Amino acid sequence: MSELLFPLAVFFASIFTSNILLTNYLGMCSFLAVSKELETSAGLGIAVTFVMAATTSLNWLVYEFVLVPFQLEYLRFIVFIIVIAAFVQLIEMVIERYSENLYFALGIFLPLITVNCAILGASLFMVIREYTFMTSFFFGLGSGLGWLLAIMAMAGIRQRLRTAKIPYGLEGAGIALIIAGFMAMAFMGFNGMISIQ
Amino acid sequence: MAKSNLKKTFLTPLGKDNPVFVQILGICSTLAVTNKLDNTLVMTLGVMFTTALSSWTISLLRNWIPSRVRMMVETLVIATYVIIVDIALKAYYPEMWKQLGPYVGLIITNCIVMGRIEAFALQNKPLPSLIDGLASGMGYAYVLLIIAFFRELLGTGTLWGYQVLGSWWTSWAIMIMPPGGFFMLAIFIWIVRENFIKEETNE
Repeated sequence: MSELLFPLAVFFASIFTSNILLTNYLGMCSFLAVSKELETSAGLGIAVTFVMAATTSLNWLVYEFVLVPFQLEYLRFIVFIIVIAAFVQLIEMVIERYSENLYFALGIFLPLITVNCAILGASLFMVIREYTFMTSFFFGLGSGLGWLLAIMAMAGIRQRLRTAKIPYGLEGAGIALIIAGFMAMAFMGFNGMISIQ
Repeated sequence: MAKSNLKKTFLTPLGKDNPVFVQILGICSTLAVTNKLDNTLVMTLGVMFTTALSSWTISLLRNWIPSRVRMMVETLVIATYVIIVDIALKAYYPEMWKQLGPYVGLIITNCIVMGRIEAFALQNKPLPSLIDGLASGMGYAYVLLIIAFFRELLGTGTLWGYQVLGSWWTSWAIMIMPPGGFFMLAIFIWIVRENFIKEETNE
């Protein structure tokens, strides 16, 4: 595939065929906990998309220009998580200062994001798959959008299920996992479309 | 008295307060590797090691950590142990390290590790914290090993890489693919909740 098209292919693949939530199980904790309301899910999803696109790019720069030249690759876990935490903190302060509305809409989700496995996961995948800067950015953006898509679909289904009678043992997490399973099956239908590795 | 307390600390996370099927915590990073038993075992051993030792370390330091930066300190301690796991795995078991890929690093964001530190290690002495962390890791490990057992058996007809079911067995490809993990965990939670947890609340 040509240099130019590859980032785009990764972008679509990370939304559909290798959805970070449904094929890699990343970000499950907040996915199960927050997906009860459509609005809050959308808020968290947008925050995740934004942070993921920004932190994969930032981490790429840090990895390529700081860790690799000094042969400190083994420190990447610590460095990535510090970059993510610092970035989230910074964004929280900026939003609080300039836009009160946005702060009330997204602010409460930002602390949750630091511990979202999907964010760190995207950065680690990017290193292992040896993406370029452009591809990393599109990979982060696509993964975030894929996560947003999955959590919103889930929230929509769960809102409808509110009145349904569910066996005791399946209430809450159980039924959510089964829905996620069906969603993962549906997303597998995209498999023929595009694939990345 | 002290001894029975320790025993209780050890047993609660294995059953009544199990991190997976009661608290639904920390399934993120490990569910992905449950398509094979050996992957799962290595991964859960890593989680046990990290939970136990980071709980112990934080408990030793608990009187000196300012509460404002406590999250950061916790993350750094956890990340240190995860790096040890990662390096050891890369050195002694490079094939496994390659297969697990980014998931070893993702132990850092596993909610169980941080959860046990916040809920237990910050208020308790080092030894009980170590035991609590270890037991939480074990409670987590056995659930995932059960899931991996069924996924590998039904998905490929093998256990630990050896052919167990004969050629008459048609492999359920869905079990080793992502949806299988979701379904197995849901079924497991369902069975446990229907049969065990309900009775406890009725008593």
